Amino acid sequence: MTVHTLSHLDALESEAVHIFREVAGEFERPVILFSGGKDSIVMLHLALKAFAPAAIPFSLLHVDTGHNFPEVLEYRDRTVAEHGLRLHVASVQDYIDRGVLRERPDGTRNPLQTVPLTEKIQSEKFDAVFGGGRRDEEKARAKERVFSLRDEFSQWDPRRQRPELWQLYNGRHAPGEHVRVFPLSNWTELDVWQYIAREGIELPEIYFAHHREVFMRGGMWLTAGEWGGPRENETVEKRQVRYRTVGDMSCTGAVDSDAVTLDQVIAEIAASRLTERGATRADDKLSEAAMEDRKREGYF
Amino acid sequence: MSMTITDTTSTGMTTIDTLRFATAGSVDDGKSTLVGRLLHDSKSVLADQLEAVERASASRGQDAPDLALLTDGLRAEREQGITIDVAYRYFATPRRRFILADTPGHVQYTRNMVTGASTAELAIILVDARNGVVEQTLRHAAVAALLRVPHVVLAVNKMDLVGYEEKEFIRIVEDFGRHAEELGLPGFTPIPVSALVGDNVVDRSAHMDWYDGPALLQYLETVPVGVEAADAPARFPVQYVIRHGDERYYAGQLVSGALRVGDRVTVHPSGETSEIVGIDVLGEAAEVAFAPQSITVRLSDQRDVSRGDMITAGPCPPTLTRDVRAAVCHLAERPLRVGDRVLVRHTTRTVKAIVKELGGVESLAANDLGRVVLRTAEPLALDDYAEVRRTGAFILVDPADGATLTAGMVELV
Repeated sequence: MTVHTLSHLDALESEAVHIFREVAGEFERPVILFSGGKDSIVMLHLALKAFAPAAIPFSLLHVDTGHNFPEVLEYRDRTVAEHGLRLHVASVQDYIDRGVLRERPDGTRNPLQTVPLTEKIQSEKFDAVFGGGRRDEEKARAKERVFSLRDEFSQWDPRRQRPELWQLYNGRHAPGEHVRVFPLSNWTELDVWQYIAREGIELPEIYFAHHREVFMRGGMWLTAGEWGGPRENETVEKRQVRYRTVGDMSCTGAVDSDAVTLDQVIAEIAASRLTERGATRADDKLSEAAMEDRKREGYF
Repeated sequence: MSMTITDTTSTGMTTIDTLRFATAGSVDDGKSTLVGRLLHDSKSVLADQLEAVERASASRGQDAPDLALLTDGLRAEREQGITIDVAYRYFATPRRRFILADTPGHVQYTRNMVTGASTAELAIILVDARNGVVEQTLRHAAVAALLRVPHVVLAVNKMDLVGYEEKEFIRIVEDFGRHAEELGLPGFTPIPVSALVGDNVVDRSAHMDWYDGPALLQYLETVPVGVEAADAPARFPVQYVIRHGDERYYAGQLVSGALRVGDRVTVHPSGETSEIVGIDVLGEAAEVAFAPQSITVRLSDQRDVSRGDMITAGPCPPTLTRDVRAAVCHLAERPLRVGDRVLVRHTTRTVKAIVKELGGVESLAANDLGRVVLRTAEPLALDDYAEVRRTGAFILVDPADGATLTAGMVELV
């Protein structure tokens, strides 16, 4: 008897590719949410492998908060060009300029992404939207399905989720509804980094230790910038930092780090005593149910 | 012979495999505490998570951190102090990586356990040592048997409350054993634990020297996982056809067995035969592929093969039929009735069907276990669920609103 066991990375890769191909087989207009963050970069890499040697049958969608790290925007545009992809952009700034959305007093634009995202999904008639969310990120996400049905307002109702059995994903939906799909559901932060190392995937530079002018707010090192920092009582200093997550500049914190290579980053994460979101996301500290509430309203 | 396809990253780390397991317990038998203990004692809980639990416990007036709060993620769950939905947890030890489907014991417990058990290679059934085997325990054992979960652990919890007495443990194990045989559970591993104190969860207990078996985590780390690829029938449901130039690449996940270049294969339901001329495992050409690898396959001649077809090889072909007999667990709130028109989702194929029989009853309610006979509009290539899980499993879907109604496990006659 020969027992074959896939390594954990091979098993995760095979599962994610299976999910991408299910969506390609079942939906008319899928789109990949692409922020230039590591999870969306890994998603794109998996999609490219799933449909090789042909091109991927999806376009990309970036919800642009207007508070972007320039390195990440540059990476996004280079990647789109390199693979000949089509990029849609839903711009939070547009909504603010038109007076549809109002800037929050704390300056964070993370919660403002939901409306532009939802309206872009509706106007482009996307029926499947790939997100890089992982169940290990947060308690509410631990209860998320791989195929997550959303109504025409993109709302998530955790009590009305479809049971998801075996690898039989049920993507049936009515016109106007769509399905959020999470191919990285079973990956952990460490898995993502180990996979990036194994596959030799290039990342934006801000994921590695570098010197940057930052200031402290809410226990996090934030980058100074036009978005509204620092305030009067906040002092800027130069520190060696890196980012564990990439999001809106106003609420994504950097961590002190001297990890300049992938191997050093992996060693640092394996030894970390803080979760990725706990270390870097100001908005998740607002309440016990901050993520659940945002997800119900249609957030990623 | 055991072979592990390993890879090594640039860190020089040799790769480990993964165990997917599910937990099931009744009300107040301490399941959330056990799961919290497993995560906490295996150092899988990080400082900010523990801090959040401590904060939340204190605000609820509790002295010690309530480890159940680690797993109860939704607002309603924390407010009501109950677990509503399956939660997935991830942790790792130096020996193995774990995916835990934590299924609630209160509301909808059968449906949630069926969900968690469907992808699990091991199920932990928890009993309270003071109460022994209760009705829900038998329900959980029945689900584990029905879903063919390969390994079952009977965790006898709260041993500290029965004075760590061996005879209490043996009484429960013998009682469970009698029922397990009736339910068709092939075997189980009993472990006496105290989740609250930490006995035999991660570390061996100093309170029960009469027990010489492994602690729970030690067992989870060493139980064999993986599929017997060489002996299992080769099953390859086509997910998607990749066209590139004049080539057609049939893309899918090999769900059972192995395929080799040169294999004679049959395409179902057409019954046409062909030969494999090329296999790619995600960008790399291969001579052979094993379940559960995602691959593409090229055939020697252009055939009309599309999504929903199944490519098979070897001496045991699937059964092609429009009359499907299966054990079922009904999941939805609306009942399933004789005469209902439904959709059957089997591998990558979806076909219309009518419910012809429901094992002598007129309808099934949510969480009911039962039997069904379906008549499908087109033939399905089926295996007995006991032989091949992935090609013996299906779900019923409501054609009106797309809701998932019922989980089915094929029983070939």
